[in-house]
Amino acid sequence: MNINLTILGQAIAFFIFVVFCMKMVWPPVIAALQERQKKIADGLAASDRAERDLELAQEKSAQELREAKQQAAGLIEQANKRAAQIVEASKDDARKEGEKLIEQAKAEIVQELNQAREALRAEIGVIAIAGAEKILETSVDASKHNEMLENWRQNFKRRGSLWQTENAGPSLRKGSIFCSPGARPAC
Amino acid sequence: MAGKTASEYIQHHLQNLTYGQLPVDYERFDGTVLSEKSWTIAQTSKEAADMGFWAIHVDTMAWAIGLGALFLFVFRLAAKRATSGVPGGLQNFVEVMVEFVDKSVKETFHGKNAVIAPLALTIFCWVFLMNLMDLIPVDFIPHLFTLAGFPFMKIVPTTDINVSLGMALSVFVLIIYYSIKIKGVSGFVGELTLHPFSSDNFFLKLVLIPINLLLEGVSLLAKPVSLALRLFGNLYAGELIFILIALLPFWAQWALSVPWAIFHILIITLQAFIFMMLTIVYLSMAHEDSH
Repeated sequence: MNINLTILGQAIAFFIFVVFCMKMVWPPVIAALQERQKKIADGLAASDRAERDLELAQEKSAQELREAKQQAAGLIEQANKRAAQIVEASKDDARKEGEKLIEQAKAEIVQELNQAREALRAEIGVIAIAGAEKILETSVDASKHNEMLENWRQNFKRRGSLWQTENAGPSLRKGSIFCSPGARPAC
Repeated sequence: MAGKTASEYIQHHLQNLTYGQLPVDYERFDGTVLSEKSWTIAQTSKEAADMGFWAIHVDTMAWAIGLGALFLFVFRLAAKRATSGVPGGLQNFVEVMVEFVDKSVKETFHGKNAVIAPLALTIFCWVFLMNLMDLIPVDFIPHLFTLAGFPFMKIVPTTDINVSLGMALSVFVLIIYYSIKIKGVSGFVGELTLHPFSSDNFFLKLVLIPINLLLEGVSLLAKPVSLALRLFGNLYAGELIFILIALLPFWAQWALSVPWAIFHILIITLQAFIFMMLTIVYLSMAHEDSH
């Protein structure tokens, strides 16, 4: 139990060991520890983030689904509306067209009637003259009565009838009231 | 203990293998008288004592340095292979130790100092390993060395006051060094002289300085002394009890040595821990500039 040089030897060894530990042992171990700690922390943070992301994605997908459904419903409604509109419009068109056709037909009928009337009027004149000719036969002075008839015809013309001066005879015979409406221009 | 009395046996076990200088005209154990100063291995306790300061405990130094080297070798091996990935067994063990020491240092020491933590790790592991030698049955290794011709062999370095005192004085030097480094010479001297008693009156202050110096000086010097003696006392007493148990008949020894060894596992760990913690605390106090 003597105090001797050992004390110095121990102090020197202690110093060397501490320096070695400080330079060669401590830093790598602590660095590895800290790096692992960081890795673990990062991993945990990443998993947290992933969880949050998943939640967000789920929320988003649900919302998108909802929106899509809404959109689809809107589209269907729109289509229905449009279809109804089209039906309505076509109904309207059809009605209008029908009305127009009716109007046209009516106008044609009126025109036809007027024409027939004109023709009838013209023919009445001829018939009347022919009848009168037949009745009167000889007693009639052709030139004298012709002049009178000419006057009468002029009278018609002035009133704006459809009377044709040239080929009056044949045309009248041809354009009778029995002429069909489709062949009217040729009458 | 062939051919020896109990007290001789105990003495033999408590004597270090000493290499030192014997003076001129010294009468050695076998009656020869030295004609000049000579360096030799002490063959008796008296020779070892007569060598004075200029002697060295070869067994203590060899075991201490060997164990310290073993500690550093193992830790260096782990440190070289250290990865931040999945640690292996050795790395895991080393990391547990390092983390334990690091935590202890961080709890106690709040400054920034790269030396403290490795210092604490070295103290803890080294002191623990040196203490651990105490658990090896007291006659195993010494007897082998006796057969090999060595007069003495003491395998527990921490039962040598030189070891604990050497480490405690190293810590003391660090305390002084950091005190002066952090607080400056005037700050350190002020801490020793103007505290705990202080006065605004100049003359009263002068009167109080020696008192303060006495109190603070004693508390400062008590640090290394208590550090050294606590470790040495515990281990020396433990070793002594193992030696005493070894005096019993061989068939009765286990009844006492096993419980004592189990209890000693706690002691050696605790003493290593206390030495480390007190070192940290003392150095932490040296860093505090609050006075």
